[in-house]
Amino acid sequence: MAGHAKTGRPNQLFRNLNAKIASIPMILTAVVIFFGGTLWTVVYSFTNSKLLPRLNFVGFDQYERLWDAPRWVISIQNLAIYGFFSLIFSLVIGFLLAALMDQKIRFENTFRTIFLYPFALSFIVTGLVWQWILNPEFGVQSVVRSLGWTSFTFDPLYTPSIVIYGILIAALWQGTGLVMCLMLAGLRGIDEDIWKAARVDGIPTWKTYLLIIIPMMRPVFITTLVIIASGIVKVYDLVVAQTSGGPGIASEVPAKYVYDYMFQAQNLGQGFAASTMMLITVAIIIVPWAYLEFGGGRKRV
Amino acid sequence: MKLRLLAAALAATVVLPLGVANATDLEVTHWWTSGGEAAAVAELAKAFDATGNKWVDGAIAGSGGTARPIMISRITGGDPMGATQFNHGRQAEELVQSGLMRDLTDVATKENWKDIIKPSSLLDSCTIDGKIYCAPVNIHSWQWLWLSNAAFEKAGVAVPKNWDEFVAAAPALEKAGIVPLAVGGQPWQSAGAFDVLMVAIAGKDTFNKVFGDKDEEVAAGPEIAKVFKAADDARKMSKGSNVQDWNQATNLVITGKAGGQIMGDWAQGEFALANQVAGKDYTCLPGLGVNEIISTGGDAFYFPLLKDEEKSKAQEVLASTLLAPATQVAFNLKKGSLPVRGDVDLAAANDCMKKGLEILAKGNVIQGTDQLLSADSQKQKEDLFSEFFANPSITPEDAQKRFAEIIASAD
Repeated sequence: MAGHAKTGRPNQLFRNLNAKIASIPMILTAVVIFFGGTLWTVVYSFTNSKLLPRLNFVGFDQYERLWDAPRWVISIQNLAIYGFFSLIFSLVIGFLLAALMDQKIRFENTFRTIFLYPFALSFIVTGLVWQWILNPEFGVQSVVRSLGWTSFTFDPLYTPSIVIYGILIAALWQGTGLVMCLMLAGLRGIDEDIWKAARVDGIPTWKTYLLIIIPMMRPVFITTLVIIASGIVKVYDLVVAQTSGGPGIASEVPAKYVYDYMFQAQNLGQGFAASTMMLITVAIIIVPWAYLEFGGGRKRV
Repeated sequence: MKLRLLAAALAATVVLPLGVANATDLEVTHWWTSGGEAAAVAELAKAFDATGNKWVDGAIAGSGGTARPIMISRITGGDPMGATQFNHGRQAEELVQSGLMRDLTDVATKENWKDIIKPSSLLDSCTIDGKIYCAPVNIHSWQWLWLSNAAFEKAGVAVPKNWDEFVAAAPALEKAGIVPLAVGGQPWQSAGAFDVLMVAIAGKDTFNKVFGDKDEEVAAGPEIAKVFKAADDARKMSKGSNVQDWNQATNLVITGKAGGQIMGDWAQGEFALANQVAGKDYTCLPGLGVNEIISTGGDAFYFPLLKDEEKSKAQEVLASTLLAPATQVAFNLKKGSLPVRGDVDLAAANDCMKKGLEILAKGNVIQGTDQLLSADSQKQKEDLFSEFFANPSITPEDAQKRFAEIIASAD
């Protein structure tokens, strides 16, 4: 390979050759498995593949059927509600917990462990735990009723119109601990002098947080946002463990639709069409954001 | 280089033991994991082991919906098992068409399956392009209404003899704090209950027209409208069930917390396990007491195409063992299902099973929906009925319209 070296300016391609060779496996994985797999899925979503993939194109039929299916529409609505609230609540609660934790309290380590602990549990365990807590016959409702409020009703998991909030509660319980830790790390990264300066200028604490600290924590917020957002799109196991999509189809989510139609209904084409729609949704959000974040990077620095 | 050697050495250690292992070990995958089911599988294993081969049990927990994807990806992914359970019908259709399954015609002709398997529709479901690809092992029927005698006693009404009486008794049950009809949250339960109502109310011909011929007009017509009306009653009666699994729903009936349940004959195993006696503690009404017709779906074993000759031979042995009279009796008594051969003696059967055998002998049978519809249409149906049963704001008319659309697009 060294024979290829030309006289004069060294070829850009062969600079850092070792590093480039070392990264070939990863590049291949990314291109073949991620990109190739994605492309394959999109292509086959235009076919009428059933149990086995077959190249028999049917145009947009799968997509028409998808958007006609009430279950898919409900799945999308659920994901939107779940996504919106889980994004806002986990950021707000996470940040508030972190700010409280940052007040030089006693037993900070203990509290941090308690808040982070749910994150160590899988979604399956979380789902099962909350299924029992929210069960009207054994959980919160029966406890409150046994205290004397006999007309108290709280059974989100058996009420179609609010079941998604029952899932949201479990997700927040599991996820806010991590957000808190990330935020706390961000807060600890803020120079003590900034706080002193703000105090000298007589700025109230809440204003310091809102106008000085939070803007300075921008990178932490972006990292957190990406972590939360990817968790939202792929939500599946929590729903399976907690409600299996019920009552009826009231708590279905897109990822579950994909799985059910690919494997249970033996209709790959339909499952691929649904997963392609999920990809497009993610792309619509990620691409403009990535463009703003990384595309303009060189100018800013 | 070193790494590759190491990897090769590692791989060798993994491969060797498998290669040396007894060639007549046959892995059999299935989803029979509940108490009664596991006991039934043990009978099959015992019979197969007696032939000098070894049954390697590959039970997959979590019912068919979880197990089938695993089985199918193992077969399509090039890691086939020796034999696997499917509900016979169309679940394995494409696997057969793409040549992944083994042709059993030789065994079938040698053992004369055509004559011994009753009803013959069971073997038809195993037959694709004139070749036989599966060995049916039992008949399960869906069309049963299980009633708790204790619940009706508590409510002060007589135990109903048919669906209409049951609907009429519902208010009395509710007044006594009993849920009239237990329906679990799993989608297949509500879809199955609807199919049962259809046979009972609209009759065999309509059932065959809708699911057999996929006649969209009948599906949108007045006969099916009556069925949806009944489904609406069932929906009102099932309010407050608040359970997921079918056996939890059956348990509500066993404990007298619910009046009844529409469920297949596999529910019988649960009653037996709770030491309940048919006729005394519970009542069974085939065809909901209206139309005494049962469907003949069930389980069958399929045999993936294997390269290993020894194992292929063992597959043949297993196929004939499954249909041997002794195996059929031992297995089906434990499973609570009916045998696939008409010539075996089931003297030990209980009252409900005897009712089923009688109907079978009379030939009042229909094909199961798994045999008539593709998995895709079944899933769409499940989506519709689980929504219908959980959400009272969907009118029967709207649901029927959507039902007709599913039938229209079914293949």
